[in-house]
Amino acid sequence: MYTYLDFEKPISDLEAKIHELKTLATDDRGVDTADEVQRLETRVNEAMADIYAKLTPWQKTQVARHSSRPHFSDYARSLFEEFTPLAGDRTYAEDAAIQAGLARFRGQPVAIIGQEKGNDTKSRIEHNFGSARPEGYRKAIRVMELADRFSLPLVTLIDTAGAYPGIGAERRGQAEAIARSTETCLNLRVPIVSVVIGEGGSGGAIAIATGNRVYMLEHSIYSVISPEGAASILWRDSGRAKDAATNMKITAEDLKQLGIIDGIVREPVGGAHRNPEAVIETTGATIASALKDLAKSDGDTLRRQRREKFLEMGRKI
Amino acid sequence: MNWITSYVRPKINSMFGGGREVPENLWIKCPETGEMVFHKDLEENLYVIPASGHHMKISAKDRFHHFFDDGAYEALPQPQVPQDPLKFRDTKRYTDRLRDYRTKTGQEDTILSGVGTVHGVKLVACVHEFAFAGGSLGMAAGEAIVKAFERAIKEKCPLVMFPASGGARMQEGILSLMQMPRTTVMVEMLKEAGLPYIVVMTNPTTGGVSASYAMLGDVHLAEPGAEIGFAGKRVIEQTIREQLPEGFQTAEYLLDHGMIDMVVKRHDIPETIARLSKLLMRKPADYGERTKTKTAEPVKKDMPEKPAEAANGAKKAKIEEVKQPAKATAPGATKEAAAKTPPAKAQPAKTPTS
Repeated sequence: MYTYLDFEKPISDLEAKIHELKTLATDDRGVDTADEVQRLETRVNEAMADIYAKLTPWQKTQVARHSSRPHFSDYARSLFEEFTPLAGDRTYAEDAAIQAGLARFRGQPVAIIGQEKGNDTKSRIEHNFGSARPEGYRKAIRVMELADRFSLPLVTLIDTAGAYPGIGAERRGQAEAIARSTETCLNLRVPIVSVVIGEGGSGGAIAIATGNRVYMLEHSIYSVISPEGAASILWRDSGRAKDAATNMKITAEDLKQLGIIDGIVREPVGGAHRNPEAVIETTGATIASALKDLAKSDGDTLRRQRREKFLEMGRKI
Repeated sequence: MNWITSYVRPKINSMFGGGREVPENLWIKCPETGEMVFHKDLEENLYVIPASGHHMKISAKDRFHHFFDDGAYEALPQPQVPQDPLKFRDTKRYTDRLRDYRTKTGQEDTILSGVGTVHGVKLVACVHEFAFAGGSLGMAAGEAIVKAFERAIKEKCPLVMFPASGGARMQEGILSLMQMPRTTVMVEMLKEAGLPYIVVMTNPTTGGVSASYAMLGDVHLAEPGAEIGFAGKRVIEQTIREQLPEGFQTAEYLLDHGMIDMVVKRHDIPETIARLSKLLMRKPADYGERTKTKTAEPVKKDMPEKPAEAANGAKKAKIEEVKQPAKATAPGATKEAAAKTPPAKAQPAKTPTS
């Protein structure tokens, strides 16, 4: 059954009624509910468009975390051909929270890296809910360097609540792994396109998000700390997450305005989770046009421009 | 001794109007042993408890005063950045918080940068003032760091970073996160210019600061006992629901796990940095020496940073082996320089820049 978010009550009520009418029509062939169903479906669409047009930052946070939202694997499957995941950091372990490997994008060989949250209990545990340990970032570094060596454009898809806070992760140098990953990403001489597809959580996100072009899906979020984390530190009350989400400016619109991202990928009415194929297609078109544009520049230019882009951030607000 | 602190403090405060030059307490308690130390003794010993060797926090200005030769350095101006771009408000307005921190510390923001010489070696240094918003990294800090790196590249000299920070400045949201890649770009530029980048991690070095420029040094030093890590202890405990091991996320723990090169006592940091800089930049060992530094206790050999000294020694030997042909005097020179160097000064005079 579909998971409705708390603010989707009008939608869930209408859809329940539609379901009821449809069942009635199948059970009793004498009743014609088609007109009524159509009328209600129009109302659902209107309600959905209305609600999704004015989502608050906290509501967007909920949409960005929706369990049915398309994740890295969905993009890897639908947007790329021949995706060949690579595993391991060659030092300690494999970390499935970060997926990385080679693939073809519309025929062109590329490297892809992203966090995978998983979509059921088993896969969520396997991917550690998308929170990577140092091994994940070191694997990302490996694949970034591979892309650089073979002149493959890099596509990164960001979707993590943050890097994993655990004893082992700290012992093995979580901070160093993230720093090194950001550094490597900034240093590549190949085009990099980054898209925040769900949650862009803090350092765990930035480690793979310093692209020549950075985009966000319409209802994704990108922030220095989770709204809950900020609330518990600043207000000493994680219940104030809504306020934190609003104050921190974490939505795609806000980040576009602040000059942090290059563009917003529109989601279908009702969010990416209501029509994954559509949002994956739109994301693909955005990536394709960015890569086409970046292909005109040589490696040194790409690197110089990427550095300048980040150095300029925040200087003109 | 508690009666002294509670009795004397209000009186002192009223006499001097509670200015920041006045110590909070005349007697300071060692967090490790509970021993009470007179504030002047502590100040003279660079805020290291003489008996236990516990490193207390030291202000940015005091640190520079000790670090640079004769306490002299040119302070870099604080670059202008947008103030409160998000119009942030939690329990207080961010602009009000900034004003309070400025009054309290006398600094525009957390980063103090300076150019000067250390044992004759010219270098640029940045230090976080922890008392300013917990040393947190925001736009002002990021820009100050960018400018400091630019200056080091222009002067063709090493950059030394002293982080003391809880991480990103939350009140600046995503703009504070972006300081991680911004500072990282500058680290790369310095490295490409062939100049050394040395990090001295002090208590604490965590969050977005440790996950960017603090962990990208050519050489990593840390002060004894400094807390260093990515995630906060409370966050980890809440996530894994178990108690953290003894000594977790300390400088010594990081040394054991290969994340830093050596744990160095505060008094020995200038000499170590000068030595490393000279070796990395292929300068002669007698390039310069510390002049007119003031007296303090010679370094005690039974301090808790023993593994550091071992590592230090091993590293030295290794480098010297490689560097042997450079100069015949090289191997003995470090010892000689150390002997010549009168240990750190006692009277913190005003820095020319403050």
